[in-house]
Amino acid sequence: MLNATYIALIPLLPLAGFVMLGLFGRKYFRNTSGVIATVLLLASTLLALYTAYGYFFEYGKAGGVYQKLVPLKYTWLEFSKGVSIDMGIILDPISAMMLVVVTFVSLMVHIYSLAYMKGEERFPTYYAFLGLFTFSMLGLVLSSNIFQIYIFWELVGVSSFLLIGYYYDKPSAVAACKKAFIVTRFADVGFLIGILVLSYYSNTLDFNTLIANLTSPESNAYKSAAAASFLGVSALTWGLVLVFIGGAGKSAMFPLHIWLPDAMEGPTPVSALIHAATMVVAGVFLVARLFPVFAISSPNALNLVAYVGAASALFAAVIACTQTDIKRVLAYSTMSQIGYMMFALGVAHWGAGEKMLGYTASMFHLFTHAMFKALLFLGAGAVIHFVHSNEMKDMGGLRKFMPITHISFLVACLAIAGVPPFAGFFSKEEILLAAYHSNTTVYWIALITSGLTAFYMFRLYFSIFWNKEHHPHGEAHHGEGGFAMMMPLVLLAVGAAGAGFIPFGHYVTADGTRLESEFHLQFSILPVALGLAGIVLAMWLYKKQNERPDKIATSLSGLYKAAYRKFYIDEIYLFITQKIIFNLVGRPAAWFDKNVVDGLVNLTGNTTQLVSEKIKGIQSGKVQQYAIYFLVSIVGLALLFIYIWK
Amino acid sequence: MNLLLLLAIPLLTALLVLAARNASQVRWISLLGAAVQLASTLGLYLAFRHERAVGNAAQFLFEQQYNMFSSLKIGFHLGVDGISVAMILLTAFVVVAGVLVSWNVEKMTKEFYFLLILLSLGAYGFFISLDLFILFFFLEIAVIPKYLLIGIWGSGKKEYSANKLALMLMGGSALVLVGLLGVYFSASVKSFDLVILSKGIVSPEVQNICFPLLFAGFGVFTALFPFHTWVPDGHSSAPTAGSMFLAGISMKLGGYGCLRVATYLLPQGAQHYANVVIALSVIAIVYGAFATMMQKDLKYINAYSSVSHCGFVLLGIGMLTKTSMTGAVMQMVSHGLMTALFFAVIGMIYDRTHTRQVSEMGGLLKTMPFIGSVLFIVGLCSLGLPGLSGFVAEMTVFMGSWENPDRFSRIATILSCLSIVVTAVYILRAVGKVAMGPIRADFAALPDASWNEKLAAIVLVVGILAIGTAPFWLNDLVNPATEIIKQKLMMPVPLD
Amino acid sequence: MIEPGLYHLLFISTALFFIGVFGFFTRRNLVTMLMSIELILNSVNVNFIAFNKYVWPGKLDGVFFTIFIIAIAAAEAAVAIAIIINLYRSHQSIDVEDAEELKY
Repeated sequence: MLNATYIALIPLLPLAGFVMLGLFGRKYFRNTSGVIATVLLLASTLLALYTAYGYFFEYGKAGGVYQKLVPLKYTWLEFSKGVSIDMGIILDPISAMMLVVVTFVSLMVHIYSLAYMKGEERFPTYYAFLGLFTFSMLGLVLSSNIFQIYIFWELVGVSSFLLIGYYYDKPSAVAACKKAFIVTRFADVGFLIGILVLSYYSNTLDFNTLIANLTSPESNAYKSAAAASFLGVSALTWGLVLVFIGGAGKSAMFPLHIWLPDAMEGPTPVSALIHAATMVVAGVFLVARLFPVFAISSPNALNLVAYVGAASALFAAVIACTQTDIKRVLAYSTMSQIGYMMFALGVAHWGAGEKMLGYTASMFHLFTHAMFKALLFLGAGAVIHFVHSNEMKDMGGLRKFMPITHISFLVACLAIAGVPPFAGFFSKEEILLAAYHSNTTVYWIALITSGLTAFYMFRLYFSIFWNKEHHPHGEAHHGEGGFAMMMPLVLLAVGAAGAGFIPFGHYVTADGTRLESEFHLQFSILPVALGLAGIVLAMWLYKKQNERPDKIATSLSGLYKAAYRKFYIDEIYLFITQKIIFNLVGRPAAWFDKNVVDGLVNLTGNTTQLVSEKIKGIQSGKVQQYAIYFLVSIVGLALLFIYIWK
Repeated sequence: MNLLLLLAIPLLTALLVLAARNASQVRWISLLGAAVQLASTLGLYLAFRHERAVGNAAQFLFEQQYNMFSSLKIGFHLGVDGISVAMILLTAFVVVAGVLVSWNVEKMTKEFYFLLILLSLGAYGFFISLDLFILFFFLEIAVIPKYLLIGIWGSGKKEYSANKLALMLMGGSALVLVGLLGVYFSASVKSFDLVILSKGIVSPEVQNICFPLLFAGFGVFTALFPFHTWVPDGHSSAPTAGSMFLAGISMKLGGYGCLRVATYLLPQGAQHYANVVIALSVIAIVYGAFATMMQKDLKYINAYSSVSHCGFVLLGIGMLTKTSMTGAVMQMVSHGLMTALFFAVIGMIYDRTHTRQVSEMGGLLKTMPFIGSVLFIVGLCSLGLPGLSGFVAEMTVFMGSWENPDRFSRIATILSCLSIVVTAVYILRAVGKVAMGPIRADFAALPDASWNEKLAAIVLVVGILAIGTAPFWLNDLVNPATEIIKQKLMMPVPLD
Repeated sequence: MIEPGLYHLLFISTALFFIGVFGFFTRRNLVTMLMSIELILNSVNVNFIAFNKYVWPGKLDGVFFTIFIIAIAAAEAAVAIAIIINLYRSHQSIDVEDAEELKY
């Protein structure tokens, strides 16, 4: 049964947790806050599973096609007739899927943090922020209104800010959280202006109406939006591109990706939840949500999505090969995988069956990626917990001390490298297939990236778990973490291993119809072979401690250094913000205000003072002088009135 | 609901404050008076809603009229519409908080509270007046106490700031007076009564002369570029409650006047000068934001950011669409609450650390979790986080502005949208430095907020959340009123 | 003996007035200055009475005004002397040149 109350409760339960723990956590729930939040989220997760089940198997279909249901809609702020921000719930294949992903990963992170964050001074605050994030992310995926999605978009941004800055007395964490917020904020302005453009022409903010208005060539909205142009590009394309900028900022697409690696300053479970599995895919989700408009009305904008996605995928993969901080490797890997999802959407077209394969593939990859990337981060968290360092050089030979972590990490690495039959293989194959049919440039980029992915993931794997034979921390050290930390790893490993067998095309497609995915053996050979080659190369270089990696690094010194320094993008940003914005705009503005504008005010005051200084001598304080002025003036006036002004 | 009550309560409070015997009595009387006033404004809001709900569609409700100088057509005419109710609510919230944060003022407590209450009396009177003459009268009442509050209880270069503020505001009111007289003498009906005047005809030529006078005059109060320089100096020198009243109430008098008097009475003038107003307000928004980025003193940061935020009020008014004007009113309410809270927090921090330099602080969240959290809330509100009031107001202004299809308005809207990034930069720089980071050793033992400070912050945070999470009530309140202004703007140009 | 006419009285009043003005301008002693002011006031009184008697004999307006002025003058003298006494207390002098702080 479709019941809006249950669905509304899914985001509201974490919100309740946030309010309760945020207000009273420090005083009353110092130790129990984690359990409270986890129980609330467990309830949410069950409701989400129930909802998703109901949607996919009971009431979601009408005539064999999955519908976009809006079981709840409440006017929040009405601007003018028809244009209003509504708080609503939309149920369609992607939102139902995202409900499951978000609640499940969040639940895993909640459980994991029970052990990982134990003993932190701000334990209740941590869980409060997790609740806020989960609420916002769930609100985002359920949004039925483009402004509603913007609202939750900002809220996930701020919860990410709060969680990255969780260790607020660490200057690097403060810098990272500010950077993350400001960069995404900058992109969000694009999103906002995009909303203004789209809503102006479609005269609505409601997703369903907006998509309907902007995709039917007969409607007035479509005609006026397509006719209006700016710099030779139609207003509709502009609107979509601007919306995509917002998505690119949140999803860390090149060149707005700079915040993501720094965001790793946050606690590791937070990175798993926000910066790997859920929030960073919001951009992909947004493009998918507006996919019909992109695909039908503005293929140019969709092409941009494809190229930005492909470029980011390759770019990030190259950088990931050189990083030594394991969380940063994972961050770049995330960026690269999201690039995959983006270009998968970008290469899809509107039309029957095969043409829309990219859409399904993208959502499929989103789903599997959430599983294995969350697993990788949580595993990395366990490793960091064990060795108290993020650097690869402090690790090695850990497989004996952390067997569960080791196995689950290996599963995740195999999944992301696209080795059959793990989850990543299936979703990646679909993406490559979609790209192959549509855009060969993108296909080749994707293929290279997939080889690189296998290489850097196994570089990571071998550096952590093999490489050295004896780990200095090894003996006389605590175990790899209790039940609370291991259970999520195991559950996610099961997901990462088995999620690929879900027939995704049956459930999630752009138009709601069923899509049979075909399996082409000859097509799979090349990517799998490339992946295996990457793994073998990584094994050769990193399985045992040796000189080879350093030699290669020196022989490729220019490229290596550039990649290691992340291609100097951070420096460019720093130059623009510090040198140009601050020195050439901010400083002059402040100077102008202080000296010119305020100077004019002071000039007025000073002039008045100067004049009065000159004439104040008349006020001599001598009574008799005043009397003389008085008399002379009277006589003068008398003469004036008698003789001149008769 | 008798509107005279809104004047009687502060007046009575002020008199009782004068009669009080010691500082403690003064405080409690003021708090009681402010609380009763808050209750009665909430009552006013409920009564207003009730009247509207039962179908009373009159433009102004609860009207009262008494003759003052019938020969000059000056009457004591009171009445409220949605905009006034919103502003009155704002005033009541800020007054309660202002009284609470001033709890520790030791110097001439009685006079201090008397002036605070007097200032609020002026503001209440201003917002409920429907006669331009008494409107002006109350405007002046609201100006004078500020001079004394800054000059006596201020800090830093207080004499300079007090003079500058008083002179610039007086200059503004002088322009207003000239403009009012211009309208009075040239309208087809000779009256100071706003309702009568709005039905009369003012020729476009006169409108084009009087509109800039009125708009610039009221604009001085709302930090219209380039008449904004009193804002940073005035705020930084004023005592905490003074800054709160200044930014929370006094700057709103100007915005209200621009909308209610200048735009409503002189629609042709408003249309004629719309682009000038838009240009000036965009300059204020963008340039104010960049200037804020360079400030080092917390109060200067908030003062310059007020310039930027009040730019949104003027932008909303200048865009002349119904939505944008609603947004302008919302922004006034939102900014009033937010900036009052910001100043309150700055005051609390200053009382403890004895510095307002951002660079000298750090990690205060550790020793003062309450104050630090409130600082976060207010900072996030300022940079327009959804769920807090700033977002709602700014988005409404943007949506309204975008309804104007001409290229000039579009560019103006885009530029002001971009300013929210700059806002994020300076807010995070300040909040990040003050609340986060390693804590200074000598700050490690500072106490958190006391009960009165907590209460003050909570009152304002409740206001911010009430708008941020459920903006529809404010929208429903303000929209019919701006609708009427919009209708007046749409009326054809009068032929002589 | 000639009956004094309007012109005689006006002559007296004018003379009194200018004596008063002269005294006011030239004397430095505040008491003398006060006396000069009294002279000026009385010259006005004489004027009023004279015009009342010779121009509008049937009316009493001039007389009223005169009485009014006398009353005012008395009050004014009281205030002025009070000021002078205070001044003397603070400055040890009633010389007008010594009391010129009230300037600018």
